[in-house]
Amino acid sequence: MSPRAAWRLESLGFTRVFDYVAGKQDWFAAGLPSEGKLAGRPRAGDLAQREVPTCGLAERVGDVHERVRAAGRDACVVVNAERIVLGVLRGKAWEHDPRTAAEQAMRSGPSTFRPNVPLEEIVGYLREHEMASAWITTSDGRLVGLMPREAAERALHEAHLAGAAARATKG
Amino acid sequence: MPSEIQRDEVRRLVEGGAQLVEVLPADQYEEEHLPGATSIPLTELNRETTSRLERQRPVVVYCHDAQ
Repeated sequence: MSPRAAWRLESLGFTRVFDYVAGKQDWFAAGLPSEGKLAGRPRAGDLAQREVPTCGLAERVGDVHERVRAAGRDACVVVNAERIVLGVLRGKAWEHDPRTAAEQAMRSGPSTFRPNVPLEEIVGYLREHEMASAWITTSDGRLVGLMPREAAERALHEAHLAGAAARATKG
Repeated sequence: MPSEIQRDEVRRLVEGGAQLVEVLPADQYEEEHLPGATSIPLTELNRETTSRLERQRPVVVYCHDAQ
């Protein structure tokens, strides 16, 4: 649709016309601001904890595990220099020989969610798959953080209570 | 000829004063749109509806996605 609009604008005398082909889906998936009726609803990116342990492919599992435990966590995201998510170390990954490279021990291609996914949707998925948290990445795969299911459930509950209170006030 | 651009270029152009135009139907615009964007649905794109835009300033158009 936007290519036709761009050509039409040129035919109307506009001299510098640009077509953002990936469109608003791409913009929202990057966690960038928006406006409109749905702009304020809680989303996965709002609750993602940004401070999560990360490591590189070549780091040794033993060193990483030590760091992860010291941070009070149980998982580590394996990223490259651009913070693109390549894998995850957790659970049985820690049972590898401590000298093993993260690349050998990690689970590749973990499921990730975009920052703009509504909380209702992501909580439903996590419940169905009995998952306690979700990795949040931008549409280009860059790590945003980790969203705990518990925090999302709490936020949804609070939003529900606030909505009920607002309706009661109106009534 | 219109130029295809990516997100970073959109941000750069908008910061430099470009005009953003969403060409989806108005109800989709009302639900959610890029900050500062104007709604001119493709079906209503004509000389009259674009008169509020400045012809010499860059214009960035977008819809939902590349599909």
